[in-house]
Amino acid sequence: MPDAMPTEAAAAPGAAALIDHAAGIEAQDVHAWFDRHHVLHGASLAIAARQVTAIIGPSGCGKSTFLRCLNRMHELVPGARSRGRILLDGQDIYAPGVDPVLIRRRIGMVFQKPNPFPTMSVYDNAVAGLRLAGERDRRVLDETAERSLRAAALWDEVKDRLGRPGTSLSGGQQQRLCIARALAVSPEVLLMDEPASSLDPAATLRIEELARELAQHITIVIVTHNMQQAARVSDVTAFILNGEMIEVGTTDQIFTRPQDRRTEDYITGRFG
Amino acid sequence: MPHSYLRRRWTNRLMAGVTFLCAVAVLAPLFLILFFLARTGLGALDLDFFTRLPGAAGEPGGGMANAIAGTLVLVGLAALLGVPVGVLGGTFLAEYPNSRLAGGVRLMADVMNGTPSIVMGLFAYTILVLPLRHFSALAGGVALGIMLIPTVMRTTEEIVRLVPQSIREASLALGIPQWRTLVRVVLPTAAGGIVTGIMVGLARIAGETAPLLFTALGNRFWNWDPLQPIGALPLQIFAYAISPFEDWHRQAWAGALVLVTIVLGINIAARAAAARQVKLR
Repeated sequence: MPDAMPTEAAAAPGAAALIDHAAGIEAQDVHAWFDRHHVLHGASLAIAARQVTAIIGPSGCGKSTFLRCLNRMHELVPGARSRGRILLDGQDIYAPGVDPVLIRRRIGMVFQKPNPFPTMSVYDNAVAGLRLAGERDRRVLDETAERSLRAAALWDEVKDRLGRPGTSLSGGQQQRLCIARALAVSPEVLLMDEPASSLDPAATLRIEELARELAQHITIVIVTHNMQQAARVSDVTAFILNGEMIEVGTTDQIFTRPQDRRTEDYITGRFG
Repeated sequence: MPHSYLRRRWTNRLMAGVTFLCAVAVLAPLFLILFFLARTGLGALDLDFFTRLPGAAGEPGGGMANAIAGTLVLVGLAALLGVPVGVLGGTFLAEYPNSRLAGGVRLMADVMNGTPSIVMGLFAYTILVLPLRHFSALAGGVALGIMLIPTVMRTTEEIVRLVPQSIREASLALGIPQWRTLVRVVLPTAAGGIVTGIMVGLARIAGETAPLLFTALGNRFWNWDPLQPIGALPLQIFAYAISPFEDWHRQAWAGALVLVTIVLGINIAARAAAARQVKLR
């Protein structure tokens, strides 16, 4: 698989110091099941490179499942399966012979609840992806730790306690540590599954700012049940209802001039 | 109603008193044993006891150095067999809980847990002593090791299961293969609990006598050859306790004291390991 051309980001102070990528994702007619339960009914969505795409919808509508199909995490749940094509940078990640492990290295993920590795320090968490993939060079690890912690806007808060357990940080810091951990393997796309739903408003705002900053370098997809959050953070918004992709448009258009009646009902708070 | 309130209060006090007495009743035998062992055993406990071989029959003096070392060797051999099989088996049960094999293994482990220890000895006798035509430390270690497997396996299974799915997913989403996630993330997260299970299992088998009777057999001399009979504290205690010599009786008490101290020490170490387990709930 040819890599997207990685280029070093300009080291502007405060800017996310990442390897830049320009890979988009296109989901075509994606179906997903948990055992016999059909949760996604042919959802399609083109996700543009270096933008924030928000996926909104009421609880249980299949938005998280859709997200987990994008990096082949869905299939890890016993009894779960899916169908359809998902093109990363033009290549189908579900094609026969594609190693899901390599796909997950290119498409990172941040979860609803912060989940740093409980046995690892802040530093070890940040470089876990590299180290578990076999990287031993101390210099590479040190550089990656600092680079990804800076990219996750956490470096200044933790640089003096890199040896402390990752779980000793506050909830918001833990979530940014998880973002740093995902960024450390320089993914082309970062999927965020309701990343702020367990955080207080201040920490939520930091995560949102971070998502905006990161979108200058990589592609961001964020699932949220919080419509204000989608409006604040995203360029494009997709609305899923009962496993179907109801409407996709620029965030501005979705929230001001929704085309579909159901989208309008949802964003005006008539249900959900 | 003040009347019913009074009655409730007295009932409460009465019941609290009963539970307290029951708690004391649980602890009392342990402390009585420790007290009794210390009173009778401490007298015979001297440097010779830890450094010298048993004396000739009927002669005062001598020690149990070979038996103490033998017990440690036997427990070590048992650990060599029981720990890897138990930990890996328990990991399998936790990771593939619904496979048909897991159901069978779980049932077998529970049956093994309830199997009388002398049967374990008979088993080792049949598969090792008879073919090799020799009582041996190896046979004793195998008998104890088989007894260790179910304990270690079930505690490993339980603690590995407690590792949250979110931790596994975090690793898998980083593009870490499943086996490496298991070895580098899941097992380390469960390590404290697994070590505790191992120690509790070791403490349990350290004092076993029956499985050693016709496997390790016992030995009045030093032995470092796994294919030769070896001494063990419980065997030595038994032999001395049924002997007609006053001095040996005292030494048997001392041996029992040392054995209980070893078991107690392992248990305390297990508590320390448990305290280091990261919180999973």
